[in-house]
Amino acid sequence: MPVYFLEIIVVALGLVMLMVDAFVKLEDKRSIAWIGMLGLSVVFLLLFQVKGPENTDAAFWQFYSANDTTALFFKGIAVLTTLIVLVMAVDYSPVVVDQTAKPEKGAHPQSGLGEFFALPMFACAGLMWMASANNLVSIFVSLEAVTITFYILVTYLRRNVGSLEAGVKYLILGALSTGFLVYGFAWLFGITGSMDLAEITTALAKPDINTTAALFAFALILMASAFKVGAAPFHLWIPDVYQGAPTPITAFLSVGSKAAGFIVFLRLATPFLASEPIVGKVTMVLTVVAALTLLFGNFSAIPQKNFKRLLAYSSIAHAGFLMMALASAPDKLVEGSKLTPVTVIAFYLGAYLLMTLLAFLVMSTMRKVQVSEEIDSYRGLAKRSPFLAFALLIAMASLAGIPLTAGFWGKVNVFLLAIQQKEWLLVIVGLIGAGAGFYYYLKIAASMYLSPTEKNDDTSAIAISPLSRVTMIALIVAIIAAGFAPGLIFGLMG
Amino acid sequence: MSILEIIVFLPLLAALVIGLGAPARATALGVSIAVLFASLVTAICFAPSVEGTMQMLSSRALLDLPGFPKLSLAFGLDGISLVLLLLSAIVMVAAVWIAPQESAIKKGSAKLYYASLLLIGGGAIGAFCSTDLFFLYAFHELALIPTFLMIGIFGHGENRVKTAWTITIFLGVGSLILLVGLIAAVVALGGSTFAVADLIALAKNPETGIAVDSQKWIFPLLLVGFGVLVSLFPFHSWAAPAYSEAPTPVAMLHAGVLKKFGLYGLIRIAMPLVPAGAEMYLNVILVLLLGNIIYLGLVTVAQKSLDRMLGYSSVMHMGYIFLGVAAGNALGLSGAVLLMFAHGISIALLFALAGWMRDRFGTLRFDELGGVAKSLPKLGLMFGFAAFASAGLPGFANFAAEVAVFFGAFQGEGETIGWLRWATIIALWGVVISAVYMLRAYRHLFMGPKPAKLETGADITWAVRIPVLLLVITLLLVGFIPETLNQFIRPAVEGILLIKAG
Repeated sequence: MPVYFLEIIVVALGLVMLMVDAFVKLEDKRSIAWIGMLGLSVVFLLLFQVKGPENTDAAFWQFYSANDTTALFFKGIAVLTTLIVLVMAVDYSPVVVDQTAKPEKGAHPQSGLGEFFALPMFACAGLMWMASANNLVSIFVSLEAVTITFYILVTYLRRNVGSLEAGVKYLILGALSTGFLVYGFAWLFGITGSMDLAEITTALAKPDINTTAALFAFALILMASAFKVGAAPFHLWIPDVYQGAPTPITAFLSVGSKAAGFIVFLRLATPFLASEPIVGKVTMVLTVVAALTLLFGNFSAIPQKNFKRLLAYSSIAHAGFLMMALASAPDKLVEGSKLTPVTVIAFYLGAYLLMTLLAFLVMSTMRKVQVSEEIDSYRGLAKRSPFLAFALLIAMASLAGIPLTAGFWGKVNVFLLAIQQKEWLLVIVGLIGAGAGFYYYLKIAASMYLSPTEKNDDTSAIAISPLSRVTMIALIVAIIAAGFAPGLIFGLMG
Repeated sequence: MSILEIIVFLPLLAALVIGLGAPARATALGVSIAVLFASLVTAICFAPSVEGTMQMLSSRALLDLPGFPKLSLAFGLDGISLVLLLLSAIVMVAAVWIAPQESAIKKGSAKLYYASLLLIGGGAIGAFCSTDLFFLYAFHELALIPTFLMIGIFGHGENRVKTAWTITIFLGVGSLILLVGLIAAVVALGGSTFAVADLIALAKNPETGIAVDSQKWIFPLLLVGFGVLVSLFPFHSWAAPAYSEAPTPVAMLHAGVLKKFGLYGLIRIAMPLVPAGAEMYLNVILVLLLGNIIYLGLVTVAQKSLDRMLGYSSVMHMGYIFLGVAAGNALGLSGAVLLMFAHGISIALLFALAGWMRDRFGTLRFDELGGVAKSLPKLGLMFGFAAFASAGLPGFANFAAEVAVFFGAFQGEGETIGWLRWATIIALWGVVISAVYMLRAYRHLFMGPKPAKLETGADITWAVRIPVLLLVITLLLVGFIPETLNQFIRPAVEGILLIKAG
């Protein structure tokens, strides 16, 4: 089966869910999510079965190269993220119902819930396409497919001012960054005369290219990509949008959107990094961006009091580590070596998916019993629900990069690459960032385990839905297993 | 499964089982006794005569990709790690046994308490048994979060949360620096493997060894990293407050066992991989270790309560071990290893007794205590043993070890009188200092008039006597017959020196 069938299946699934929502009388609209979850599980399994299209010359599929295993790995990330986001969304649905419509007489009490499950499917299809897009046109179209879906999802809680504010901010800045991206594409096309990344790579590698124009194109593309992945100095939207968006969507943005942003940026930056005349300056800019992102993300996370904002800054900090890997791209690839920015970034994002989604799963479960998302409101969680506290502890340990967790290997790989390339500035900044990380991630653990509870705190046990519990256990096991044997994640890259 | 894999993973699995609902105390105690027996069996099966090679090897490949260092879950023992394995197993049994004596255990869930203890102990065992650089590092780090929670939840005093933060940030940042140093060393050696034996082989070969220019800055990274973990002066400030505020079993395990990891890493990793760097910084190390012995020795004397004093004394004694390592000959190095063992047992014993007294008397301040020996003679006897052992009186393991360290260090430079010999002469005064503070503490606590307010209650029961006796008997056994451990240490140390000479 050719790879692109998968995207088609996912889009079809999304359409089926919309139709079911519109035409089938359901007691409980949460069953729509089950269609999505089952369908995505099948798609995830199919990922291990597919192979690339044999005939890439066929006119339409020139937009579309899926013949590398990296693309498959990122598709896997997209599918898995969406799957877990749906799990969260089911748990979160009472909040959505509460914050969307006050149904008129006779309308379904959960009206407006169905699309909340269907829209992520379209975003997922976009993310999957993005993973294998290798043409400026397909990159742009897939990127917009994702972004526009996110505009809707971020602002989904329409009776909630925070969600609306987040949506407006995301829309304006997102549209601006899209503008930069297209402008950059135009310049790139002007220099190289091609939309195809392979041809662009050859064109840029010529010694006589116009370096000023090429660097300008790179700067524009970097701005847009930095916006998508949340790298400094284009990270300012992240905390506000993350805080305002519905929790499952925040998780989706934080993992899916970031992963896709990075694969696109990797593909777009590779031609520039392979171009002899400008590679020095490109690397320098990337180094500066990476260092700034590491410092901004980690230091701004320290004083945060809101858990979602903290995770937002943490996602900036992780973008810093990922940029660090990209900035440490080797000048010359050692024959057969797998220690390249691509594998390192792919691994990091795989680990990041596990630990971030685990944290958000705990958070969306907690949202059912308490509205507050302040770190302080997690006090006494260790007594209320030892399981949730333990799950969050593992997520935080992994995010902080404590050994024997997946997150540790992510950081080790980045440092291996940076030290091998002798990027000492980045090593030092990364070290400072990781040190700060210890503090702010452990702050969550301290709140759960060490903070004394107060008199009128709710101390009743917390009910966890079986689905969430199973997902959390699976994520915990995966984090620890990958911490012992990082080969498990590398194995998925083929 | 090899026996080492069982020894390493049994405590970790037990922690998981406790988390799932098994009876906490019974599981923890049963497992630690099983681990102790398994370690003794290992020691009996161990062939002490084989020089410097690892025994009981087991290995499972976990990552083998071109470009990435090869990773495997590999365990093995030589004489040094065997001694430290025994130390960990003995202290773990004593710590788990004595745990319910502490009233602080009621502050939180017993499950969390025992699971954390098992993770701390199991992590130490894993670190000492690993022959893969990554797991050696990672198992040590396993203790980081349990320690944080244990001190923060079950610790003593008002400042316990602050102290928990201090120790965690100190050790976390120290390990990060260490990690960068280790990665730098691995990359400088070609970045092809994490296996310690292969790395040493590469470092020995002049073609593949690390260039002296790189050694010059890799070694300081390792020294600072390991130095923070082992509370080398001036990176020591986390240790004393942490030990005095930690729950007793954690103080026993951390001061007794886990802290030795820094020294173990210096001997096993830093010196063989970057020998030229180690030599370059020898004088710096000598100055720092004198800081530990003399400066911190005097700080110890000035302490006004027993728990603080013990915390500082444990930091101070690290200086002797460094001296043995710095000596660079077989005698000094074997003394250092023996002292790691002896110090680990004796400080665990002291913390165990001090913890019991804190619970009973409500205070450990010298000016509020006195004359306890009359009403609690058995406690007085046991504490006397512990204090004398710690001060290095003959008959205890500490004496045998310290003598070897001092003789070794004095010989270290042959006939010339250089830095090392001067350092040894100054360090000898440390023996006097530790006698001063230990005897003063004993006098304050057990002699003299008893303050009227002090209620002593009944003497230590068998629940305390058994773990205490376990530690005392170990100290005496090794003190009278050092050969019980030296037979393992000697060949291993000679193997390490061969590496350096090659």
